[in-house]
Amino acid sequence: MDYAATTPVDPRVVRAMLPYFTKKFGNTMSLHSFGQEVKQALEESREVVANLIKAKPNEIIFTSSATESNNLALKGVAFAAEASARRKKRFISSPNREKGNHIIISQIEHPCVIESAKWLETQGFKITRLPVDKYGLIDPIDVKKTIRKDTILVSIIHASNEIGTIQPIKEIGNICKEKGVYFHTDAVQSFGKIPIDVNKMNISLLSASAHKMYGPKGVALLFIREGTKIEPILHGGGQESGLRSSTINVPGIVGFAKACEICQKEIHPVKSSKGGISSKTKLFNGVKKEDQRLIKLRDKLIKGVLEKIPNAYLNGHPKERLPNNTNFWFKFVEGESIVIQLDLLGVAASTGSACSSAKLEPSHVLISIGLKPEEAHGSLRLTLGRWTTEKDINFVLKVLPEVIKKLRKISPFKR
Amino acid sequence: MPIYSKEIIKHFKNPKNVGKIKKPSGRGEAGNILCGDIMTLYLKIGENKKGEKIIKNIRFETLGCIVAIANTSLLTTLVKGKTIKEALSFKKEDLIKKLGQPLPPFKIHCSILAVDALKEAIYDYYLKNKLEIPEELEKEHQRIIKTKEELEKRYKGFQTFEKEILK
Repeated sequence: MDYAATTPVDPRVVRAMLPYFTKKFGNTMSLHSFGQEVKQALEESREVVANLIKAKPNEIIFTSSATESNNLALKGVAFAAEASARRKKRFISSPNREKGNHIIISQIEHPCVIESAKWLETQGFKITRLPVDKYGLIDPIDVKKTIRKDTILVSIIHASNEIGTIQPIKEIGNICKEKGVYFHTDAVQSFGKIPIDVNKMNISLLSASAHKMYGPKGVALLFIREGTKIEPILHGGGQESGLRSSTINVPGIVGFAKACEICQKEIHPVKSSKGGISSKTKLFNGVKKEDQRLIKLRDKLIKGVLEKIPNAYLNGHPKERLPNNTNFWFKFVEGESIVIQLDLLGVAASTGSACSSAKLEPSHVLISIGLKPEEAHGSLRLTLGRWTTEKDINFVLKVLPEVIKKLRKISPFKR
Repeated sequence: MPIYSKEIIKHFKNPKNVGKIKKPSGRGEAGNILCGDIMTLYLKIGENKKGEKIIKNIRFETLGCIVAIANTSLLTTLVKGKTIKEALSFKKEDLIKKLGQPLPPFKIHCSILAVDALKEAIYDYYLKNKLEIPEELEKEHQRIIKTKEELEKRYKGFQTFEKEILK
């Protein structure tokens, strides 16, 4: 019940990857046939992955992690803006319009975005952190109001990794397009789980990771819309259009592509980019097998927990949330204690409580949606996945109330 | 290797001496609800055959993480029946040692709570009975109070910081 942390690699993905470790081990940069064979596999994978978000293959850059993708997106755009401003000063013609140094993020970003932004602040960039409402939603009007003349980038997480709230990405994307500002979204949790169309949503940059969607760890991507001005972080052999030098992780990328292919079949009944109108209608008719199944299980879990446990509350939006995410807080108990008790019963869960992490501060996301620190400490995240069954949900609904009851018994705040 | 030792899990699963004591001889509190762990400890003081003051009964309640719960449970089993003097000589290092496997560094904070609450409860007992408070205990009491205040200040700061962002 902790699929949001990471997922097992689908056996089909492992099978697809295996030949690329031993037989097809070439370096994509080599000119001989060994190299060219894997080069082809790389480009085919790029196409499959691009297809999932309706991007062009040349707009996908493979990286090693979502953290790297997010770092590249924020720092790359920031420094590209700075470089173009420098060029302008030196009266060398610049294709960019006048750029500033203002970046907008939300308060509920993943730490890799928050920390990248914080570092950029030390480099002289200005950061605005947008607040969210009690469900964790960003108001697109806030984005509109906050964009200034010198804004270069808006970066908003697509779906929260903690509370699962899905942001009105399309509306925010439209605003950014209108204002001529780059829009980056961290789609790590939503990629492969809900439909994403980078064109309809007006996304300029998007980060996603393989290990959250039954692919291998150590592979991720950054979608960079054609024409986006961005500077690389890693300089070297010039792989990935010069934006990400490093020897290409071919087995990982092939696995990522296979994982995308499976998700595409499961969630979007669209087989190829040639799908055309028929696939679109199917998509909007809601023939989404896997996410429908998960939504059903998710809602059963939410309903069950709220009914069976007194003083239990749902964090995040009741409807606008990831098909696989639930997040609760329980009065008078501490999150880590719940997690360990559940672990002893064979259920893997996670908490936004301070004691679970190296820092003793409660989750910034839960604080942002208005929870008091002591309330945030009693939070529990249960996330579902491909191999979660109704039986699992029933088991959690059986043991969780007992666990909470037991912990409340020793709490000084019990009623 | 699991994060926590068997000893911790054992006490966490079945904590000993949980609950309240009506009309306790001493009551001690440690921790702060804002940081996630809070502990209340109750003491019943009696006398042994030699006429020394002993901890006749000890109970605790906690809203806390696994380490806080396991630690306090362990401590109560260790000091029950001991003289006050023996109980006061108990150090957090002894407790950590008893728990076996070393704790992650950020968890040490949680394990101090039990020892602090015990000292506070004994302090409360001395105060209630107008007994002379040993210098060492007075020092400890001042330290615990100070930590509590610092924690509160820190979290108030944290909250106002958050509020500022939310504006």
